[in-house]
Amino acid sequence: MNVPLIETKELKKYFSTPKGELHAVDGVNLKIEKGNTLGVVGESGCGKSTLGRAILRLLEPTGGEVLYNGQNILKYDSKQMLEIRKDLQIIFQDPYASLNPRMTISEIIAEPIKVCKTITNKQEMNDKIYDLMETVGLAERLVNTYPHELDGGRRQRIGIARALALDPKFIVCDEPVSALDVSIQAQILNLMMDLQEERGLTYMFITHDLSVVKHISKDIAVMYLGQCVERSSSADLFRTPLHPYTQALLNAIPVPNLRNKTKIDETIKGEITSPINPKPGCRFAARCPKANQACTQTDIELREIESGHFVACTLY
Amino acid sequence: MTEKLAEIKDLHVLYKTDENTVYAVNDLNLTIYKGETLGLVGETGAGKTTTALSIMQLLPERVGVIEQGQIILDGIDITKTTEADMRLIRGERVSMIFQDPMTSLNPILTIGDQIAEVLELHRKDMNKDQIAKRVDEILKLVGLSAERKHEYPHQFSGGMKQRVVIAMALACEPKLLLADEPTTALDVTIQAQILKMMKELKTRLNTAMIFITHDLGVVAQICDRVAIMYAGEIIEIGTTEDIFEAKNHHPYTEGLFGSIPDMTKITRRLNPIEGLMPDPSDPPKGCKFHPRCPKCMEQCKTQNPQNHSADAHTIKCHLFAK
Repeated sequence: MNVPLIETKELKKYFSTPKGELHAVDGVNLKIEKGNTLGVVGESGCGKSTLGRAILRLLEPTGGEVLYNGQNILKYDSKQMLEIRKDLQIIFQDPYASLNPRMTISEIIAEPIKVCKTITNKQEMNDKIYDLMETVGLAERLVNTYPHELDGGRRQRIGIARALALDPKFIVCDEPVSALDVSIQAQILNLMMDLQEERGLTYMFITHDLSVVKHISKDIAVMYLGQCVERSSSADLFRTPLHPYTQALLNAIPVPNLRNKTKIDETIKGEITSPINPKPGCRFAARCPKANQACTQTDIELREIESGHFVACTLY
Repeated sequence: MTEKLAEIKDLHVLYKTDENTVYAVNDLNLTIYKGETLGLVGETGAGKTTTALSIMQLLPERVGVIEQGQIILDGIDITKTTEADMRLIRGERVSMIFQDPMTSLNPILTIGDQIAEVLELHRKDMNKDQIAKRVDEILKLVGLSAERKHEYPHQFSGGMKQRVVIAMALACEPKLLLADEPTTALDVTIQAQILKMMKELKTRLNTAMIFITHDLGVVAQICDRVAIMYAGEIIEIGTTEDIFEAKNHHPYTEGLFGSIPDMTKITRRLNPIEGLMPDPSDPPKGCKFHPRCPKCMEQCKTQNPQNHSADAHTIKCHLFAK
């Protein structure tokens, strides 16, 4: 049995607010094998971005473990962290807000290299920048432009180039295409898949768009209010979604096809409840059409129903 | 369904700034029939919102100019109406739902007051009690409890706020509703709730709707007819069946469909449209799509294509010239 590249055990991130503890990520267990993509889906406020950041220790987790190649990185000191940060990178959602407006493209791409001092020779550095720009499909002439001169698609390519600058092994992609138009979105998705093949990258792909996640991921984890409610291979999840929330989510996606129209008449009622001091039991119970008494009594564990298909629901 | 409600005739809209002139809408012709839902689809900068703002006469002052063309609503050319008259039309006969429900409500007025404001302006014959009663009715119509009318926008979630915005837009039962990406900012399960509600309300009130979106999935759900816009022009228009199932399409439409991951099939690679939208201040000659078009011919580079129609399905492309 191979050691997964990234594994989380009971990972927790709580924020304290005036109203109480906000359970943004509450006991998430994940495994990502090397070279795979794990898609993390869920609606706004379900803790997907917090999860991505907690894994990279951009937000310090409240509890649990993050194992990278079997080592718990939460125990690392800042020197060790700096060393492994080269392997762990992130691409942010908003290409308008995640680039420093006062830096040129070459400065933005060079920054991680300067911080980690992987290249000190100036000539080598320039070669590396041009190399990265070519990899992500940015024309050489753009090297001295500023982010505001470029469109969203090109900016996101800069974000990708910056993430690749240290030759990472694992990249958290936090909604990297949500802010882009569909035709540009397709270009970026193709680029990311090509890069994965060439470099053997491992992705954690956070998105709310199920059609994108199906396209790019091998495995999918569905999150609801800080917890992972279902985890399985992408094919299984779309063929036989087990958790009522996954079923509702799949039913709600508008399909660009007239023959199998979405059944919007069967959508779930209500909205996501507050993640502050959540009650025990299934957090989806209040909106669930199939909820029974057992749902609200104790916390429901994620259990393996079929081989590789995990679900947290009393129905199974 | 076949009765005309509004007609846009060769509309040209410019944005003039000190530096340059942006050709936002070029030669746009569009007819809206009573009670139908027309989807207006296109990417950022295609001119969808500009078209809607022209109908509302809400183009940014001095900068946005309707250079030529007519917008006829109920027999009146609204490009020639004065601002004072326009105020009577806006909200009464045509109203608009904006994309972002977080910014389109006034944060210091209760939602009940905001809905009542529309009625106070347009229904002078209604007294205070009647208005209050009507506000309760409308809130119920959009699925909000009337008790919440004394609350402020920040006390509502995104989906709820969009319901309030829809309530305001429908308060006077307008004949034409312009919905500018009303569900883009919302989560999918909430989006499904709002779409379902809009569909029901539209049938009940017999309102015609122009639904602006970039999401072809939403279009399949809700629209009767679809117009695809690119660089300020409508390049293809037809019934929803024409757009989704007919054999012939504009190459841009094909590109749009190729860019969306298909949930029903497994494809390794998407087929995006190469390149970017042209700079609207310096549009290319001939067909505006030709620099990105995989089927580009010599004449596409110089001649602007004509509309070629078969029944209700019209495509603006040289490929279909007979």
